[in-house]
This record gives sequence, C-alpha cells and structure tokens, in this order.
Amino acid sequence: MGIESDYEIPVLTTTVEKMVQWARRSSIWPVTFGLACCAIEMMAMSCSRYDVARFGAEVFRGSPRQSDLMIVAGRLSRKMAPALRRIYDQMPEPKWVISMGACASIGGVFDNYAIVQGVDQVVPVDVYVPGCPPRPESLIYGIVELQRKIAQQRLAS
Amino acid sequence: MDAAELVASLQQAIPDATFEPVATVDLQPTFYVSRDHVVAVAKVLRDSADLKFAFLAELTATDYWPSEPRFEVVYVMVSLAYKRRLRMKVRVHGSDAHLATVCNVWPAANWLEREVWDLFGIVFDGHPDPRRLLMPEDWEGFPLRKDSPVQIRRPPHIAEPLQVTAEEFRISVERDRLSREQM
Repeated sequence: MGIESDYEIPVLTTTVEKMVQWARRSSIWPVTFGLACCAIEMMAMSCSRYDVARFGAEVFRGSPRQSDLMIVAGRLSRKMAPALRRIYDQMPEPKWVISMGACASIGGVFDNYAIVQGVDQVVPVDVYVPGCPPRPESLIYGIVELQRKIAQQRLAS
Repeated sequence: MDAAELVASLQQAIPDATFEPVATVDLQPTFYVSRDHVVAVAKVLRDSADLKFAFLAELTATDYWPSEPRFEVVYVMVSLAYKRRLRMKVRVHGSDAHLATVCNVWPAANWLEREVWDLFGIVFDGHPDPRRLLMPEDWEGFPLRKDSPVQIRRPPHIAEPLQVTAEEFRISVERDRLSREQM
C-alpha cells in the first residue's frame, strides 16, 4: 500500500485480495443462534460494556442467509444437530464457525448419550474458544483470532 | 383423609382391584394399585364427589433394575376442589412393560405418557399418539432405563429429511392457488 502524492487528491493503492480480506474481516455478521448458557455471554459481548462493535461483529442477523459467522454457543444435543447443520448450509459462502465453550468444543461435562461430543462432527470449526462459559473478552479474542485467520485467506490458490 | 381411608372407599367402588397403601416420608397419601385397574381407579378418583382429583399434575416412572417388577409408574393428582394431593403407583414387569393409557381420563396424560414411553419404553395401550417426545424419532433404545448406556460413541445424524415431500408441497401450492382464486 503506497501513497501517490502526484495527484491532487490523496489516493491509496492496494491489491484486490487485501481489500477483500479487509472488507470481510471488518464486518463479520454472526447469526443469532444460542443453544445454552454460553449464549448469555455472547449477548453480553454484543452489548455496550464489552461492545464487539469495536471489531465490526455486532450485527447479529436473524436469518442465516445474511450471516457470515456461526457462534455455536452451548451444548448441542443430537436431536438439534440436523437443525444446526441446516442453518450452516443456508449461510452463504464465505462462512466461518466459532465453537464457544467446553460443551460445544468437546461436550464439556455432558459426557452422555444426548449431547454431541464436539460440534466439529457436524460443522467445520475455525476457532475454538475455551471456558465454561468463556468470558465475553475470551469470545472477543476468538473473533480477533478469526479476523487474523480471514486476513490470511487467499482469494485463489 | 389418609391413604388407608381413601383405599377403603376405592375398594368399595372397585371390588376387583387390589390396593396397597404405603407410608411416605412426605406424608402425602400414597398407594399401589394393580396394573389392570388403573383406568377404572382413575375414573373414580376424578369423578367421585368426595374426591374430585380432576388435575393430573405429573405422570412419570422409576426403574428399579435389576429387581423385578422393575418399573413403577407414578401418577400425582391434585384435587382442586378439596385442596389435596395424591400419589398413585403401579408396578410394571420389565418383561411385560405395558399398561392402559389414562388419556381418556385426563387429557394432560398425553405428552406425559409419550415421555415415559420415550425414556423408559413402557407402552401405553390405546394411546392416541404413540410417538417419541424428547429423543429423535429414529432413536434406538430407552435412555432412562438403568441398563441403558450413559455414554455412546456414535456419530450424530446431521441430515434430516425435508418435512414435506415434493408431492405434498405441490398439493399445498395448488390448494393455496385455488383459495386465492376463490377470494
């Protein structure tokens, strides 16, 4: 990125790839989707005290068709797994998944027949956020890590 | 009215049934009844003028595996007219795990019996809608039985069939179109 001072108006030059990466990582819209108590922390993260708007991810969409990010906040029961997969399939590409908390990541304390032992069996996970539940800061850190990951995604290989 | 008095009056109404009052820690009147007379007893409890247990508050089961009879189905009833509660229990053998539904007596029993069937595998004969309630419909086994495994290592089902078939969808679209034309 360089500044061209020969023109009358200031102009920045960059590559399309960097531009797209910047646009994608600066407006990650999560789908409104809470499964259990982790969702309370997710809501706290989006409210004014923690204010994830600072990182451009505050617009929770009611429809998966307008969303970029799925935050799996809580334990996923086996009965819920097809519904979660359907929501993921309805999201347009490019899309990312954050597995929030111990239950979503490995089943947590619910080591039983009813709970899926890790949502990575159902959807591909980009970032795992540990904690039971994670504090809002942890989830914001997870989103920042996801932004770092998006910044490294190439448009074509 | 304690359990003994209640059982005496019920015995008078239904001479065939066998009743067995039991002492409880919480002092709530409790008795066992023979399996074949559940519906008759339920009707008397609901309709009798001095009882009026019109409200089925809870219907659940317990599993005492490996002892037999392993299941006990528990009915908790409330008499709103006389402000009393009552607990009725039925012993059910594991090899012959079925009893008559009380849906015709208390409609509230519908989902409760579905839940008991779903989790314990006790069949309610004559139930109007015998489907699973909590577990997925293609689930195998009854998870609240004591001999059912707590942990299973099985990949989750992640795809489910569409809720309507293509044919049903076409029919519903056609019906909507006709109803719009009539307006």
